[in-house]
Amino acid sequence: MKKLALYLKEYRKECVLGPLFKMLEASFELFVPLVVASIIDVGIANGDGGYILRMCGLLVLLGAVGLVSSVTAQYFAAKAAVGFAAKLKSALFAHIQSLSYTEIDTLGTSTMITRMTSDVNQVQSGVNLVLRLFLRSPFVVLGAMVMAFTIDARIALIFAAAIIALSIVVFGIMLISIPLYKKVQNRLDGVLGATRSNLTGVRVIRAFAREPQEIGAFTEKNEALAKTQRFVGRISALMNPLTYVLINAAIIWLIWAGAVRVDTGLLTQGEVVALYNYMSQILVELIKLANLIITITKSAACANRIAGVFEIRSSAVNGSRTEVAPDVETVRFDNVNLRYHGAAGDSLTGIDFTAKRGDTIGVIGGTGSGKSSLVNLIPRFYDATGGRVLVDGVDVREYDLHALREKIGVVPQHAVLFKGTIRENIRWGKPDASDQEIMQALETAQAMDVLRAKPQGLDTLIEQGGRNLSGGQRQRLTIARALVRKPEILILDDSASALDYATDARLRQAIRKTDATVFIVSQRASSIMYADKIIVLDDGVAVGTGTHEQLMQSCAVYQEIYYSQFPKEERA
Amino acid sequence: MKGKKLQKGTVARVLRYVRRYWFSLILSILLAAAVVVTTLYVPILIGQAIDCILEAGKVDFSAILNTLGLIALLVAATALCQWVMNTLNNRITYNVVRDIRQEAFQKIEELPLRYLDAHPHGEIVSRVIADVDQFADGLLMGFAQFFTGVATILGTLGFMLSINPAITLVVVLVTPLSFLVANFIARKTYSMFKLQSETRGEQTALIEEMIGSQKVVQAFGQEARMQQRFDEINGRLEQCSLRAIFYSSLVNPGTRFVNAIAYAGVGAAGAFAAVSGAITVGGLSCFLSYANQYTKPFNEISGVVTELQNALACAARIFELIDQPSQQPDAPDAKTLEQPRGEIMLQNVRFSYDPTQKLIEDLNLSVKPGMRVAIVGPTGCGKTTIINLLMRFYDVDGGSIAVDGEDIRSLTRRSLRTNYGMVLQETWLHAGTVRENIAFGRPDASEEEIVAAAKAAHAHSFIKRLPEGYDTVITEEDGMLSQGQRQLLCIARVMLCLPPMLILDEATSSIDTRTELKIQDAFAHMMQGRTSFIVAHRLSTIRSADLILVMRSGRIIEQGKHEELLAKGGFYAELYNSQFKH
Repeated sequence: MKKLALYLKEYRKECVLGPLFKMLEASFELFVPLVVASIIDVGIANGDGGYILRMCGLLVLLGAVGLVSSVTAQYFAAKAAVGFAAKLKSALFAHIQSLSYTEIDTLGTSTMITRMTSDVNQVQSGVNLVLRLFLRSPFVVLGAMVMAFTIDARIALIFAAAIIALSIVVFGIMLISIPLYKKVQNRLDGVLGATRSNLTGVRVIRAFAREPQEIGAFTEKNEALAKTQRFVGRISALMNPLTYVLINAAIIWLIWAGAVRVDTGLLTQGEVVALYNYMSQILVELIKLANLIITITKSAACANRIAGVFEIRSSAVNGSRTEVAPDVETVRFDNVNLRYHGAAGDSLTGIDFTAKRGDTIGVIGGTGSGKSSLVNLIPRFYDATGGRVLVDGVDVREYDLHALREKIGVVPQHAVLFKGTIRENIRWGKPDASDQEIMQALETAQAMDVLRAKPQGLDTLIEQGGRNLSGGQRQRLTIARALVRKPEILILDDSASALDYATDARLRQAIRKTDATVFIVSQRASSIMYADKIIVLDDGVAVGTGTHEQLMQSCAVYQEIYYSQFPKEERA
Repeated sequence: MKGKKLQKGTVARVLRYVRRYWFSLILSILLAAAVVVTTLYVPILIGQAIDCILEAGKVDFSAILNTLGLIALLVAATALCQWVMNTLNNRITYNVVRDIRQEAFQKIEELPLRYLDAHPHGEIVSRVIADVDQFADGLLMGFAQFFTGVATILGTLGFMLSINPAITLVVVLVTPLSFLVANFIARKTYSMFKLQSETRGEQTALIEEMIGSQKVVQAFGQEARMQQRFDEINGRLEQCSLRAIFYSSLVNPGTRFVNAIAYAGVGAAGAFAAVSGAITVGGLSCFLSYANQYTKPFNEISGVVTELQNALACAARIFELIDQPSQQPDAPDAKTLEQPRGEIMLQNVRFSYDPTQKLIEDLNLSVKPGMRVAIVGPTGCGKTTIINLLMRFYDVDGGSIAVDGEDIRSLTRRSLRTNYGMVLQETWLHAGTVRENIAFGRPDASEEEIVAAAKAAHAHSFIKRLPEGYDTVITEEDGMLSQGQRQLLCIARVMLCLPPMLILDEATSSIDTRTELKIQDAFAHMMQGRTSFIVAHRLSTIRSADLILVMRSGRIIEQGKHEELLAKGGFYAELYNSQFKH
């Protein structure tokens, strides 16, 4: 929480002036009952019309001054809150961008998005409200009490008692109901989960004809939610009646005590009215304060969540080497281990191999055998937990991350494209690529027919996430995006899975003609069998390294994979 | 005009839901009226008590005591009424919300897949959750503030008139001003708020896109450019947010100032009246507190009206979902499919998702019981569409599909679907334990049967290694299980039921080929004597099929056995051979 205050620092002036003006407004309000008292005790008692008018003019004046201070306060508060939120958001965005894959994995995308959107908004309105009200309400409550003391110290003790009793009730109810509201939120999450699950699993649910059971389960969750809500409702519904009772009890006491003191000449009638008015003011402010505290607790929870994101530091320390000349040994793994954060076992163990310039390296293995983990180490998406990964003879940790990734073209497993034209998307790989370079990349990626299907060519608009393209079209565009920068190293992480065999084959042929060192990750033996070197992974261990022919002789796992896809009687 | 009518319709529907709780509602309204009357009467009594305190020696203690006693009684009664009323309002609101959610959920279970496939799930979820919540807030606020607000205004007016009509006039004349001020500001700020929410939407879209693909952004070193784009939008948002928030926050001080004027007006008029003896000091103090009370509901109501409009808009969105036509119900004379032999016949089937784009035209297919049918072809050629039609997730536009000679439209959906065992590409699992998931289709299955099914699907060994074994709770999208393991559970789920017909859609695509090899025996065993449809990219799984359908752009262009098709040298041969090309 304290960390976030940093972004408020620049608005120190506003943070002081806002509440100050708000207090000014409140103090003018506090004078009102005093003025009314003198109207009664002086104006009415003496029948002085001029005095009454002057005093009423004073009331209007107090109102006008209050208006001006209040508007000033609102301005400062809004400026500080909005500016704070903008700074916070920008810093948060930058921070998230600086995180490495390890942290992104642990945080999760949807969490980061909520932190950046609804959480920041909630904090913004919290700051705004605090600056406006947090000083005002207690000030009015205490101020009213002080004013009461100036009128009659003995009677003012009633105020002290009333304020204590009211605080106990208001905060007591809140203390009880806040955890209950959390419970409501959990129940609501349950209802939400059931709804979402029924939408994503609709085919399975209908295939097993489980609709009645699903409705039954939902009814249970739904009723549980309503029950909790009704229960919380009953408790928070106590707030208004109880405060009402307390305030009126205080007023009754006040009038009785006032009557006694007026009778002995210690107090005037007008002063009793003033005291009564102060009591009413306290009630109004206390209710505001209670609402404010609810908002603050919510905002504080959001602020803590945001601070939590800031506390996560990128585990990848940036290196400094920017210029590294291409080397014959493009990539070398030197006894590399990888254990993911929080995982029980290693995902890669003792990986050791060298890729020479222009080589094609195939990586094959079962699900979860560590294929993607292996290639993710080359652009330093993750840091090896043991051994070294060298690119052009230099440890990847010594590189400036940008300089390192500049050398590499990555085609991720999930074909992600962005809103914008095809040209803009391809230019992610090389911001200044000419149309000719783009066309060349598309051609190599076998994506020319994607382009031909679109009348607007390179200017065709791609929707968010590439929704208006098929899986295969997306994959080929992401391949072109990686190719356009003419990378030294090209990594294809199972990125031809949506292509049919014919296109896949043509693609591999075209890529061979570029001079990049190519890593192909695949489950299909056909995709990697012609590679210069094949690494066979099983449970994170390289159980075989060599060409197809060598592995067919020596590696049992490879044979097994191969024969599961090409039964023996065929070509083996 | 049309919007108005729509809103009226929505209000009528909301009232229909509320009507179920009519008793609570009437009680709540009566209590609200009682609360308003007593709340307003108490200041009068206080005024009377103050009138008994004139000056030293002139205090009527017995009258004060009587009045104070009455006040205490009234306050206690008011508090009780208020609590009961609040509780009733909560109960009505939450029950109505529960009823609406229930209905919406039931509708989801009945909606045709055509609707569900075409609408983003997030949008439907947001209707059932966020919109209903917003609606509840509005409804509760409407109950709590709208009615009591109106009652308070009327009550205050009545009481004020009964004390002194002239001063009442002052209050009545000044207060609408605060209404005007609030309205004026609200109109002015509307466009600012609109700009704010548009800019915010723009920013959220960027956040979603970029954070969602953070890994790609980093892989291509685009962080700086993204930050630039983000900061540009952020700067604009800061500007327009500041304006929107500041101007809208003027409402409160503005109306408070108007109140101050009203207060001063009442003070002046009341004081002069008191001087001339037309009103007592106690009456004046009572008037002053009324002047405060009278204006407050105006401010609240203007807030409530926007809230209510918002609530109605949300309600309309939910009703739109509830009003969607359900799938055609089973015919009343629909037959139950029992122990089918598994003979499936497609005759002149015509189907498309989008009427303007032809997909399947004149599809004919005859599958004998126990036959193994493989469907192959490039992505998007209509393979999954066939499954949609066989399972009757979608109805054909023309022609017919028959099982054992019965048109599937004359059968109950339940009996048709439970006679198919289906393993889909998406590995959807139910939130619950592993055991519950395997027993999804047969909740009454015994422990031995469940374990046997898991063993047959080669899932038993990894399940045993899970922290709680078969009692491990899995959620829909957790990382505990790999994609392959999830698929094994989906297979075990079917293994337990083992219906006479099977549909396997890419069933093995995310299981590594070694595991696949192991379960292929199990599959072969499962398919024995069962009519099966298999969709897969992996040609090896298809080679042993009795019939291969080669599809392209919604049409079956070739059909036959593997060897026949290879010999034919057509599209299938091209597909098959391409995997060996260098």
